[in-house]
Amino acid sequence: MTSFSTLSMYALTLQPPSDTQQAIVGEFTGVKGHQQILVANGSRLTLYEVTRLERVLKEIHTHDVFGIIRGLALFRLAGASKDCIIVTSDSGRIVTLEYLPHEKEFKTIHYETFGKSGIRRVIPGQYVAADPKGRAVMVASVEKNKIVYILNRNVNGELTISSPLEAHKPHTLVYDVCGLDVGYDNPLFATLEVDYSESDLDPSGKAYQEIEKQLVYYELDLGLNHVVRKWSEKVDKTSNRIFRVPGGSAGPSGVLCCGEENISYRFPYNSSSTVLRVPIPRRNGVAEDPLRKRYIVGGTMYTMKRGSFFFLLQSEDGDLFKVTFDLAGDSGSSKQTVLKMKIKYFDTIPLARSLCILKSGFLYVACESGDRKLYELEQLGDDTDDPVFDSDNYPADPLESYAPAYFQVRPLINLNPVRSITSMNPLMDMQIANLTDEDAPQIYSICGSGSRSTFRTSRNALGVCDLIESQLPQRASAIWTTKKTSDDEHDSYIVLSLLSHTLVLAIGEDVEEALNTGFLKETTTLGIQQFGDDNLLQIYPRGIRHINSIGEITDWHSPPHRTIVACASNNRQVAIALSSGEIYYFECDPDGMLAKAEDEANLEGTVTCLGIAEVPEGRVRSDFLAVGCDDKSVRIFSLVPDHDGEILNQLSVQALSASPSSIAIMSMRDRSSHGYSLYLHVGLSSGVYIRTAMDEVTGELSETRRRFLGTSPIKFAKVLAGGDPAILALTSRPWLGYTDPQNSSLALTPLNYISFDSAWTFESEQFKGIICVRGEDLRIFTFDDLSSKLHHESIELQYTPHKFVGHPEQALYYVIEKDFNVMDPATRKMFEKEAVEVAVEATKDKDGDSAMVVEMDGEQNGGATANPDGEANADDEIITLAARKYYGYPRMAGRWSSCIQIVDPVIEKAVVHSIELEKNRCALSVATVVFESHPEETFLAVGWARDFIPSPIYYKSAGVYLYKLQDNGRKLEFYHKTKLTAPPTAMLAFKGKLAIGVGNDLSLYDCGRRSLLRKAQAKACTPTRIVGLKTQGSRLIVSDLRESVTYVVHKDIVHPNRLIPFIDDSVPRWTTCTDMVDYETVAGGDKFGNLWMVRCPLKVSEHADEPNDGQPLLQDKDYLGGAPNRLELVMHYFVQDIPMAVQKTSLIAGGEKVLFWAGLQGTLGVMIPFQSRKDFKMFQQLEFLLRTNDKPLAGRDHLAYRSYYTPLKGVIDGDLIERFLVISRDMRESVASQLDGGWTVSAVEQKIWNMRGQYAF
Amino acid sequence: MADKLRAQQQLEALQARYVGTGHADTTKFEWTSNIARDSYASYIGHPALLQYMSIGLGQPREKLRAQMIDKMIQPVGPPPEPKD
Repeated sequence: MTSFSTLSMYALTLQPPSDTQQAIVGEFTGVKGHQQILVANGSRLTLYEVTRLERVLKEIHTHDVFGIIRGLALFRLAGASKDCIIVTSDSGRIVTLEYLPHEKEFKTIHYETFGKSGIRRVIPGQYVAADPKGRAVMVASVEKNKIVYILNRNVNGELTISSPLEAHKPHTLVYDVCGLDVGYDNPLFATLEVDYSESDLDPSGKAYQEIEKQLVYYELDLGLNHVVRKWSEKVDKTSNRIFRVPGGSAGPSGVLCCGEENISYRFPYNSSSTVLRVPIPRRNGVAEDPLRKRYIVGGTMYTMKRGSFFFLLQSEDGDLFKVTFDLAGDSGSSKQTVLKMKIKYFDTIPLARSLCILKSGFLYVACESGDRKLYELEQLGDDTDDPVFDSDNYPADPLESYAPAYFQVRPLINLNPVRSITSMNPLMDMQIANLTDEDAPQIYSICGSGSRSTFRTSRNALGVCDLIESQLPQRASAIWTTKKTSDDEHDSYIVLSLLSHTLVLAIGEDVEEALNTGFLKETTTLGIQQFGDDNLLQIYPRGIRHINSIGEITDWHSPPHRTIVACASNNRQVAIALSSGEIYYFECDPDGMLAKAEDEANLEGTVTCLGIAEVPEGRVRSDFLAVGCDDKSVRIFSLVPDHDGEILNQLSVQALSASPSSIAIMSMRDRSSHGYSLYLHVGLSSGVYIRTAMDEVTGELSETRRRFLGTSPIKFAKVLAGGDPAILALTSRPWLGYTDPQNSSLALTPLNYISFDSAWTFESEQFKGIICVRGEDLRIFTFDDLSSKLHHESIELQYTPHKFVGHPEQALYYVIEKDFNVMDPATRKMFEKEAVEVAVEATKDKDGDSAMVVEMDGEQNGGATANPDGEANADDEIITLAARKYYGYPRMAGRWSSCIQIVDPVIEKAVVHSIELEKNRCALSVATVVFESHPEETFLAVGWARDFIPSPIYYKSAGVYLYKLQDNGRKLEFYHKTKLTAPPTAMLAFKGKLAIGVGNDLSLYDCGRRSLLRKAQAKACTPTRIVGLKTQGSRLIVSDLRESVTYVVHKDIVHPNRLIPFIDDSVPRWTTCTDMVDYETVAGGDKFGNLWMVRCPLKVSEHADEPNDGQPLLQDKDYLGGAPNRLELVMHYFVQDIPMAVQKTSLIAGGEKVLFWAGLQGTLGVMIPFQSRKDFKMFQQLEFLLRTNDKPLAGRDHLAYRSYYTPLKGVIDGDLIERFLVISRDMRESVASQLDGGWTVSAVEQKIWNMRGQYAF
Repeated sequence: MADKLRAQQQLEALQARYVGTGHADTTKFEWTSNIARDSYASYIGHPALLQYMSIGLGQPREKLRAQMIDKMIQPVGPPPEPKD
């Protein structure tokens, strides 16, 4: 009998991580000239393509490898047309992959185990470098191990990989590895190494001082099949990166070795006189430290068509430098030598993890923080007048004296920003709240770092882009557009049904009222249809008007005393329902006229809506008519004559939960074998939407999906989205049912747009989009991007956000921000003032500038604590501030820049107030609190430390600032300051007081007249440092930096009050975030990327809450040096990303509560509790089958991956389960058939979709 | 005796292969150096962990990575004076 946990969760990723580990460019599809970018984000490999026409980054394929991807390399076998991929991960295996463009999948060519799994010191995988000719690859670890594999073809032309050739060297640390370009000589690899064996044995420390960094060349002797250490030379001790220089016939070969203010060109057997070096230019600027030396943190080499090449290297400030060579010798000959190396400032872009230059002239920047960027290379930096520094003027040894190089930052010249790809990485904190009173809550998060910090509002919605907004003379209830003939490319008329008449507008250069169109104007309209080849139909309550190409009008009148209540039509068919319950059916006769069918259907109830599909290509009619009836049913009628020649036979009836308000039948692109299937969409008056797949031949209904969309009856509009047919469901907010461009499955996502009454497609010469009406408003819009289901809005913040807290009533957030090693504004202003003074003296211009100096003095005097925001000087600072944000703040070791900002994400969508902390203070924690003693005021408490050094921890002083909220929370008024003995790293309002974690003591403070007054304290509440507090009732959940959580109960019967820790955990968890799932249970995340849930046994919980003074609790005996009791683990799961926030919430209107978490790298995920044991067992079995049948791509064992640090407990991996939706049809069949209980593929798929659809998005 | 010798050889092979495998005479210096080096290698190798620290220290990841490898050279200070 299997034992099972009391709780099981289903873990789903809603937004994959957006932090890039590495990105590489190659021709992975094997089409010459078509380059793709392969990106490794967390555990996902994604292939992007930049379309030159639309200039967007388009995702082609993504695959979760269920492993930590550490490195990527590409290689191309001699004579092949396709680049293959090498992935190193935590699997202890080297995996070679190939992308199959037709199957749209990565295929494992080969995987070879070389070591233990996991990320360890001596297991290769940290570095991977391939020989540029695709003959060999070197995989290295940080210490000691290096393995070289020979890549070759077997007799069948398939890729083979040799057994590993070792080049280990014990006691050696590796900084970087690269494969040299040596043409077709023996493959050569260069590594940057340090041998520490001597320093480990020398107690005097002399050997450590004299440690040398070596640039070592390893040669793979293809003849002898072994690796030799060919040559090594001493390089600058600060060297950290090496880059390959083209060789063979393309260049001089060798490497660029980069270190602190040092880029040197080296090659094997060079003499010290042939080494060329250029410095890394330093920034010029008032606030820049002229002595600060920079490092190169990344870069790329690009070879142009003519064979010339250049490097783009990025310094730690984000400045790009172009490094070029002056070569001697014929290009094409293998005897090229480098005469001179030059470096020139190129442009400044955000700090990148990887830079990818594409042949099509784009530069993709996978940013370390914030949105990823796509630039277009306008020019190659040859024409700018930035200074050029060449190697002739600089000594090869950076320790010799030389004049440093300086340059001035400037706006972009060579690059043109094209796109910015939304990324929440790094995400520092997140909260879910519904501040705007929508039906689904929004996700509020603080993201980014340094000057690229943002406050983001994200919601599950598709972004739309407004094209036109105009006013109508009267309220319109419905809108259509129509062409004149079926061959027209663009629409000719817009028809609006107003209160009592119809308005027709002609689309031309201008849109104006059309006269003599033949449409009946003195009635409301039910439907407009372009009919047959060149006729138009207007369906109105009393009949159908037929207008032919020359304007002749034929009217069909409805039978007396009956009106048309519903209609459906396509190019060749019309169906109408009369108020008496009859359904009439018309077809297009050869003359394009309306021909009424003899047969009619009669229904008992009132027909509320009709639906008919477009005529399939090559057919004369669509076969089915769907009829919605107010007896809460949908009936399907056949329009094909049966063997008696009769039509309108009822095929099926489907009972519904409410009467249908709208029906549509559509052929939509999906994942079926034909690529398209017929779908019946039913919208109910209760706001529920039902989608059912319809068999194209029999009309049989299957795979029903239901979803509640809004509070008002649903109305449909057939539209086009991304070139595919899609359906707009209009209710209290608009939704779009469309084909997901990535996985071709049908998706349903709300639009980030106002609700509207009616919509139709709109196609004119200028615009292509959706036209809609809402009352008197007429709007035209298009969809932004269908691939992202989250819509983001961002507000810029000043510094790296740390934590934030919401106002208890207002829609406001208080964000505390801090940046270490960044010059604070006060110091910066001092430098600026000095510069101004120098300028003043130089020019002797006293009037204008001295006034400015005085003004600056005024700001300097602003108190350390209660200074108002420096708004006075805002005007003249705006430009420089924007520039400063772009180029990054000037750096200064040991300094903090820190501020408190109030963000209004709803109305103003901006920062409304900000306060800088001064005197090198940094904000550590924040809380809003209403004190029992001051019930009418709300306060903001901000914990700070002065001269803080995070590791090892040091501070000069620490304390709490208390601010009174003014102006509905939009302003802060300083109230008082309290000094504390240790930095307050956590704060929380608790029972009318303020709970503060001071070091590892937990204290409770009340607000006094001049400072906070301590009312209770639990000394050494946790072992290390309190980093988080959560509460329910009298219970406080205290999370420790290192030692998981401790539950503390507050006893207020006695004086002084008691805070008694009564239960803690038995496992060290480096807690980052927690949330109380219920009174006994806490969910949390830790720094190693785990999500877990711990529970307090009920007895212990009740014992702690007994109404007494806590004396019995105090008398409980401590257990093994901790609290008297221990928590039980309920759930544990490795998510790879570091969870920064976790919250129990419901994500969709009326949905069950789920555990929502957000990770540092931008991951958003949910943990859904299973409601039934049966479901859990089915998913458990499915997960097991997928684990064995669909082995993770990088060779990592799935179960081992999810149990990275601690065995997985009580969680089903939804990401693995959802692989079921994309694996091959055969495998799907085979997996489904192995499930107990007779599952079909479609039933399993539906189950998987429901898990997502019912709880998340 | 042969068994003991083989066990000794096996242990030596293991120590050569897996850095950090201890032996009966492991000193505190060796032990703590190993732990510290393992930790730094882990910080460097786990992308999220390196990012977390780089944000906290306000430094690019590449720079922090190089600094951590630098620290691996002598993570716990110089070795103690040999005792006779």
